[in-house]
Amino acid sequence: MKKKYIALTVYLFLIMLPIYWMLNMSLRTNADIMARLVFFPTDITFDNYIKIFTEPAWYSGYINSIIYVALNTAICLVTALPAAYAFSRYSFIGDKHVFFWLLTNRMAPAAVFLLPFFQLYSTFGLIDTHIAVALAHCLFNLPLTVWILEGFISGVPIEIDEMAFIDGYSFPKFFFRVFVHLIRSGIGVAAFFCFMFSWVELLFARTLTTTAAKPIAATMTRTVSASGLDWGLLAAAGILTIVPGALVIWFVRNYLAKGFALGRV
Amino acid sequence: MKKWQDNKGWLFILPVLLIVAFSAIVPLMTVVNYSIQDIFGPGQRVFVGTEWFREVLTDQRLHEALWRQLLFSGLVLLIEMPLGVGIALLMPAKKGFGASLVLVLLALPLLIPWNVIGTIWIIFTRPDIGLMGAAINTLGLTFDHTANGLHAWITLMLMEVWHWTPLVALLAYAGLQSISPAYYQAARIDGASAWSIFRYIQLPKMRGVLTIALLLRFMDSFLIYAEPFVLTGGGPGNTTTFLSIYLVKIAVGQFDLGPAGAFSLIYFLIVLLFCYLFYQALLNVGKGEES
Repeated sequence: MKKKYIALTVYLFLIMLPIYWMLNMSLRTNADIMARLVFFPTDITFDNYIKIFTEPAWYSGYINSIIYVALNTAICLVTALPAAYAFSRYSFIGDKHVFFWLLTNRMAPAAVFLLPFFQLYSTFGLIDTHIAVALAHCLFNLPLTVWILEGFISGVPIEIDEMAFIDGYSFPKFFFRVFVHLIRSGIGVAAFFCFMFSWVELLFARTLTTTAAKPIAATMTRTVSASGLDWGLLAAAGILTIVPGALVIWFVRNYLAKGFALGRV
Repeated sequence: MKKWQDNKGWLFILPVLLIVAFSAIVPLMTVVNYSIQDIFGPGQRVFVGTEWFREVLTDQRLHEALWRQLLFSGLVLLIEMPLGVGIALLMPAKKGFGASLVLVLLALPLLIPWNVIGTIWIIFTRPDIGLMGAAINTLGLTFDHTANGLHAWITLMLMEVWHWTPLVALLAYAGLQSISPAYYQAARIDGASAWSIFRYIQLPKMRGVLTIALLLRFMDSFLIYAEPFVLTGGGPGNTTTFLSIYLVKIAVGQFDLGPAGAFSLIYFLIVLLFCYLFYQALLNVGKGEES
């Protein structure tokens, strides 16, 4: 039993090492980073973080990212809930084929859709808006959300629905008052996965935006083009992109394992 | 499971269909358009039939990229699947603060934007400022992923394993959690060894989630773009130019829309084929468990 936990601790330590190294860099000045290699930094400075939080060019990247991720999660949940309900409860012509077709979009190479997306969104005048990125991310997030929610909804016996209708509940009343509460952990897990895949994606987000909706991950390339490389600043920006994910995962930690198994992700 | 026979279901899935159609069918048809036409400018296009497909299929560099991609995906699966299952077996089975902490730490790499993953590994492996790069060089070995193809591959594999093994571990862990304690009690009464518990109880019960893990890992490693692009940029030379990197090079770099469109469709079909095979396997796995 002891050996098990030692092995696990070693693995977790190795996972944390690259992240710790970036944290280490983010707390030092560029001159200090280039001058010496230290595992525990001595002259800790928060200048890199202060710069990011005070310069609009930097912090607007975070705001943009959060806006389109939130939009994407909202769109996915609102449209996927009825669809998942239908796939779980109704048997209709072509249901299995449509379900498989939806899943294939999750597997579409993003690079394939890059140019057409740019053309399509230009036609609609959507380039450089948050909604464009949110819609583009629906391509892979919507199928996933439907998939996860379908799994959770199928975990609720269909007899509950039938009983509610016999008791005189109208469909909307049943769906919003009763059913949504029954599958709230599923909604949480689905929201988590939407957040995750929308937050980490860069190819679409970078292609569809120029300035007004530019994501933080694209802003980060700024340090590379500026006079030399500012490693400290780059590391600080990187660390700040990890924070929202770490917060979100802490909230859904208890549903995570269950979500994977039930949701058939 | 019992279901209501009702085509009303179509109404419920309509919003999803509209959105996905907007961002999948329209772009896909645009790609088909590219692939069979030669486009000189707005309004100036010539139908060329299958010329681009022939050009792409005989492209030597594409073949190299495809083999490289298959090797990469194969290695990823070979390393990540056993490692992920092993880690899941190590994880604490009981709920509590320890289990939560392990889950959160384990999932952390999954939540980092993909290009930041590349940045982390640049910082980590540079010979001058990186912990790993400097440590290896102190040992007397020269390690430089920007100049040596093999070193670039090792760095990429390390990064990929670091990044995605947690997903396999989480899925396998979820599978393990769903096994009823009764099985373990029966095994203990029979005096089963740890290996036979794994072989005859845990592994069969994890078959479903492991198939999903295999599917997701294959697809995502086959489509990999941002991480190698940031870390190596496809180099040194062409040693880490994978399919997506090559595709973006043709489409955006050289703006050869015809070949890029044809290439995209072939790429998509390859992925779709694998996807279908995995999906069929998945359905059969489900049937096996019910009987």
